[in-house]
Amino acid sequence: MSSGRRRVRWILLLPCAALAVMVYFFGVSLGRDPGLVPSPLIGRAAPEFSLPELLAPGSVFSLQDVEEGPWMLNIWASWCSGCIVEHEFLMALGRAGAPLYGLNWKDAPADAREWLQLRGNPYRAIAVDANGRAGIDWGVYGAPETFLIDAKGIVRYRHVGPLDEAVFSQAFLPVLEGGAQ
Amino acid sequence: MKGCCGNDGISPCGIALAAASPSVKAGRFGSRAQALLPGCAKAAVAAVLLMLAAASANAVDTEAPLRTAEQQSLYRKLLEEVRCMVCQNQNLADSDAPLAKDMRRELRRMVEGGASEGDIKQFLLDRYGDFALYRPRLAPNTLLLWMGPGVIVALALGAIALVIRRRMKMPIPEED
Repeated sequence: MSSGRRRVRWILLLPCAALAVMVYFFGVSLGRDPGLVPSPLIGRAAPEFSLPELLAPGSVFSLQDVEEGPWMLNIWASWCSGCIVEHEFLMALGRAGAPLYGLNWKDAPADAREWLQLRGNPYRAIAVDANGRAGIDWGVYGAPETFLIDAKGIVRYRHVGPLDEAVFSQAFLPVLEGGAQ
Repeated sequence: MKGCCGNDGISPCGIALAAASPSVKAGRFGSRAQALLPGCAKAAVAAVLLMLAAASANAVDTEAPLRTAEQQSLYRKLLEEVRCMVCQNQNLADSDAPLAKDMRRELRRMVEGGASEGDIKQFLLDRYGDFALYRPRLAPNTLLLWMGPGVIVALALGAIALVIRRRMKMPIPEED
């Protein structure tokens, strides 16, 4: 009699336990920043684009024009305030010879050129994505974003928001240096 | 609107309704509740009307309709189900964000080009992931989301059934 009752009590706890597990997982998910949407591109080939080059009128910049080895694609615009925050760091990267390319996203080319003249140009080349079509292919939902592509053309990392020293040395540098060897 | 039925901490409506409940003896509180209730009811009606008005004010109402009714309804369906990635708690239909406009343009182009609902959803999943869809697909990482509540209900019903069966088998206790 008493053992049977104990068994019933134990079974009564099951729904509570299942609820607790769900609450735990959803609680963990709630704690995550919903702004940091994981990129489904990671582990896949970098999306193709073929767009006008910002500073070389008449010429086209596409994936094939990127130099061999790992590289970074920075999504920026002259209207983007976070881009000003990260620009000084990007300039330092450019001076150090980092393979940094730009995608000028949903911007007026004239504004973008003026912005670079004022603040300096850290990029090896810049694609003009005026209507944001290439941005959709890259899953861009805000500027700035910075993608890391390895020597085989596979997207390895995506950082949302201004890039800084800490993120760069932790997430980008190992791949960039690994590719240089 | 604020001060009555708003989400500003302690709402006078809450107090009034609690005071108006039958378990509370009508006294000083009762008269206060009667004074507050009509105002609150008006405010509640106004709030509901406002919400309805906001829900119907889609950002896309100014767009030209698509060629066929089928395409139009697919387009509308997608707009309701696809999240605006910038303003994440809005769908594409409600959002005025520039990225939402771009994505609407892209969806229109695909629908007009004869793409199926599955094609278009895959297009979005490939670029923005599960997060882009308000109705997430069934995948290993969304299994808990889809199955969790059902599992809990099944477990609870099972447990209740077991207890009832056990109780029915028990001899009826004699009254003292």
